[in-house]
Amino acid sequence: MSNAPSDWEVVIGLEVHVQLHTRAKVFASSPWGFGKEPNEQVDPVVLGLPGTLPVVNREAVEKSILFGLVVGASVPEHCSWDRKNYFYPDNPKNYQLTQKDFPVVVGGQVEIELPGASRNVMGEHKFIRIHHAHLEEDVGKLSHAGSGSLVDYNRAGVPLLEIVTEPDLRSSAEAEAFLRSLVAMLTQAGVADCDMEKGQLRCDCNVSIRRRGAEKLGTRTETKNLNSISSVRDTVIYETARQIRELEAGRSITQETRGWNAELTRGYVLRDKEDAHDYRYFPDPDIPTLKISRETVARLAKLVPENLYDRQRRYIEKLGLPYTAASVLVNDRALAEWFELAVAAHPANPSGIANLVANDLLRDLAASAGAIDDSGITPVSLASCPIKPAQLAGLVKLTDDGVISKQQAKEVFAEMFKSGQDAAAIVDAKGLRQNSDTGELEKIVQEVIADPAVAKSIAEYRAGNEKAINALKGPIMKRTQGKANPVLIDQLLRKFLG
Amino acid sequence: MADALHTLSAAELGRRLAAGTLTSRALCEALIARYQAVNDKVGAFTHLDQADVLAQAEASDARRKAGQSRGPLEGIPVAIKDNIAVKGHPLTCSSKMLAPLVSPYDSHVAERLRAAGAILYGRLNMDEFAMGSSTENSAIRKTFNPWDLARIPGGSSGGSAAALAAGLVPLSLGSDTGGSIRQPASHCGVVGLKPTYGLISRFGLVAFASSLDQIGPMARSIEDCELLLNALASADARDMTCFGPSDRALTPSGDAKKLRIGIPKGFLGKGVAPEVAAAVNAAVEFYRAQGCAISEVELPSADLAVPTYYVVATAEASSNLGRYDGVRYGHRSASAGTPVEMMTASRSEGFGPEVKRRILLGTFVLSAGYADAYYVRALRARAKIRAEYLAALAGVDVLLTPTVPTPAFKVGEKASDPLQLYLEDIFTIPANLAGLPAISVPCGKSGHLPVGFHLVGAPLSEAKLLAAGRLFEAAHGFAHQQAAL
Repeated sequence: MSNAPSDWEVVIGLEVHVQLHTRAKVFASSPWGFGKEPNEQVDPVVLGLPGTLPVVNREAVEKSILFGLVVGASVPEHCSWDRKNYFYPDNPKNYQLTQKDFPVVVGGQVEIELPGASRNVMGEHKFIRIHHAHLEEDVGKLSHAGSGSLVDYNRAGVPLLEIVTEPDLRSSAEAEAFLRSLVAMLTQAGVADCDMEKGQLRCDCNVSIRRRGAEKLGTRTETKNLNSISSVRDTVIYETARQIRELEAGRSITQETRGWNAELTRGYVLRDKEDAHDYRYFPDPDIPTLKISRETVARLAKLVPENLYDRQRRYIEKLGLPYTAASVLVNDRALAEWFELAVAAHPANPSGIANLVANDLLRDLAASAGAIDDSGITPVSLASCPIKPAQLAGLVKLTDDGVISKQQAKEVFAEMFKSGQDAAAIVDAKGLRQNSDTGELEKIVQEVIADPAVAKSIAEYRAGNEKAINALKGPIMKRTQGKANPVLIDQLLRKFLG
Repeated sequence: MADALHTLSAAELGRRLAAGTLTSRALCEALIARYQAVNDKVGAFTHLDQADVLAQAEASDARRKAGQSRGPLEGIPVAIKDNIAVKGHPLTCSSKMLAPLVSPYDSHVAERLRAAGAILYGRLNMDEFAMGSSTENSAIRKTFNPWDLARIPGGSSGGSAAALAAGLVPLSLGSDTGGSIRQPASHCGVVGLKPTYGLISRFGLVAFASSLDQIGPMARSIEDCELLLNALASADARDMTCFGPSDRALTPSGDAKKLRIGIPKGFLGKGVAPEVAAAVNAAVEFYRAQGCAISEVELPSADLAVPTYYVVATAEASSNLGRYDGVRYGHRSASAGTPVEMMTASRSEGFGPEVKRRILLGTFVLSAGYADAYYVRALRARAKIRAEYLAALAGVDVLLTPTVPTPAFKVGEKASDPLQLYLEDIFTIPANLAGLPAISVPCGKSGHLPVGFHLVGAPLSEAKLLAAGRLFEAAHGFAHQQAAL
């Protein structure tokens, strides 16, 4: 999908603010989390009481470094913090601790996958460069109530990693694909939960347009504080159309900061360049330059999970999975690892396992959990999944060995999801085990062939009517109470009638 | 005997408490009586909760009786500058902005003092947010020099120095950003030590200029100063710039007679009053006679110290004082409009003129278009000054100068000339810029006004400074001196 008519090219850069998954706040020992009473998660440091000092949370720094390793960034030897000074009641110290000159992550890239022609077809892949990512503190929330204002500092001091891309994105679809890929990488590495409903991921979106083929970038606008992937997509579409309209009407684009009304899907001007703040940045004297040891980097490097698309390529190329199943599995690290445990228990048929996991298992888990959210991550809990990977492998193996039919496997799966029992136990308890005893079946097949009631069908089959053979299978199944292995029966019938 | 308790040193009081000839309660009662008699004249304290003091004293006496004395400071009162947080005590920084504030938490030094059994004794007056050299910038009250009540005690730790000189308390805490411990110590005839940056935790010290601020001990003798320093110095995970003491104990060590003393070239010519120069020269000659090697050292960038300081300190202050906005605590303007209007009005009403002057200066030197010309250049000058001091201290053990060029001036004399006032700190500022330990030691009088000399050492050389001070103090009658009131 292209947002711009062919003679215009849109150029997009994103600043993604992600709340890191940590126990404590970034410069204070106060814990944080969603859904607490206002100002419950504060302490003297968070409130900026006189005399309090920031102490860098090691966990937050390590999660940031881990993100850098996930996107292949260089981890600098040192990083440091600066003060960004501005007055607003949600900002307890009236300065925000951020990293202006020496961020914790420099460079790196995020692989993205664009939508294919259909759900079953893999789309184009691209790499979006990361300029840098810096670790800073979130601010509180100001709300207006009646004639007054109320401020809640629970969010103040929550660790925020701001990930800044190069202007590499060229469409709303690419922006959307980037965010989905980024969310998958952040969550799979345990860096962040990215729950957009809880404001854990917020985006500033820089958009400019230029004539296709032009090198010089157009004047950009920045739309701030977008709190969902769909808002980013809609903003790009809106802003692209608006800028094209302006330029084609002979007007120019003003460099400005804009807001977004998600309900009206409309942007609006917040402030123009002349009103830009002078933040009077300077190095924070309370936090010494932090040395990042290579030992720490090496330890964290071991925590980097396999890249989402490397995994997808491996599933398709090495395990022979169809794209459809592979793309579903790799979106969720826990699901992929669950799948791989099952494959390890029954390496002969990864596709068979993948089909059950991507279709039946996910469907039943989703039904017992909830809907699929905006990020595309299936919020299913494998921890509470009644079926264990080896058990699922056992079911596939029973099918592959011809012990039960594929149809029966569905029935057994449903029972496994309900009871958590092994497939073999369910097959035995239900008496589903197929009769594959060739000697016994040969005898039954011969008896049925000898029955004059089927003579007509035999004649037709021998005359070339392939389908006529099916008329003989019914009586055989009846005599075996449906347990005869249908594949074996077919072989035997052809042998004796041949 | 009780009426003489206020003249005794902390060390002597400690011996009497340990011997059981004195109780902390009796000591505190005597000091409260002294407070009632002279604090109105001197104005050193802004707050003293007598019931709280007596309760602490009784708890201390009970510990001692139970054989659980916490050490040499057990039962000894320590008065605290009003910019250091003590749980349940006011924390006003002598500012209208924080006048309603009671600290909900203890600073690291308050915790250390409690752990040492000391009595956390009252709040001491200061220049508002530690900005000043005369304590005239206090929004709460004036403090007067006990040696001449028409004169200033120095500042910003004026209350800390005056309380000692007036016999109101045996020990006090000050804070020093550009000389705020040493300059009032010199003017009041007491000992004041600014430790190496990072030796004592700043957790709970209200920040003026974070990269320069240090808490330090003040006392009427070197021995007492050392007692207090040892109680305060310890690493603290709540201050990332604090590393605490090294393995070397902070007690005088080595032979002070072998110290190499450097005299910075030209320092005695810089507007130093003749009586001050005479007293400091006499101290130099004393050390020479003791066998110390005296040499002249070059500090070519010394003239940059005052302008560098006023850029760095005000830049940090403009940001540090941003948090006082009336939203969460402190003064809130009654003329509230929007939240931002309320913040502006609260700050306009809450801060005094010197604080506003420094916030404006600091905001200016950090502004886009000016930061490179001022702030960034000041950081370069600071690095140069530090390098020169460290180089000089590679060749000598300590650098000796006057602490202040002139004795204490009259109240109001320099109030209209801030630039003249800023020169009070010309000899003390470099130690803050370079993060070095420095001490002011009483060494004589100019007329009836005390004069001190100033020693600066290499990082963590507090023991040398104390040893040098002890050598001088033992041979002279300047220790334990108190003004007649």
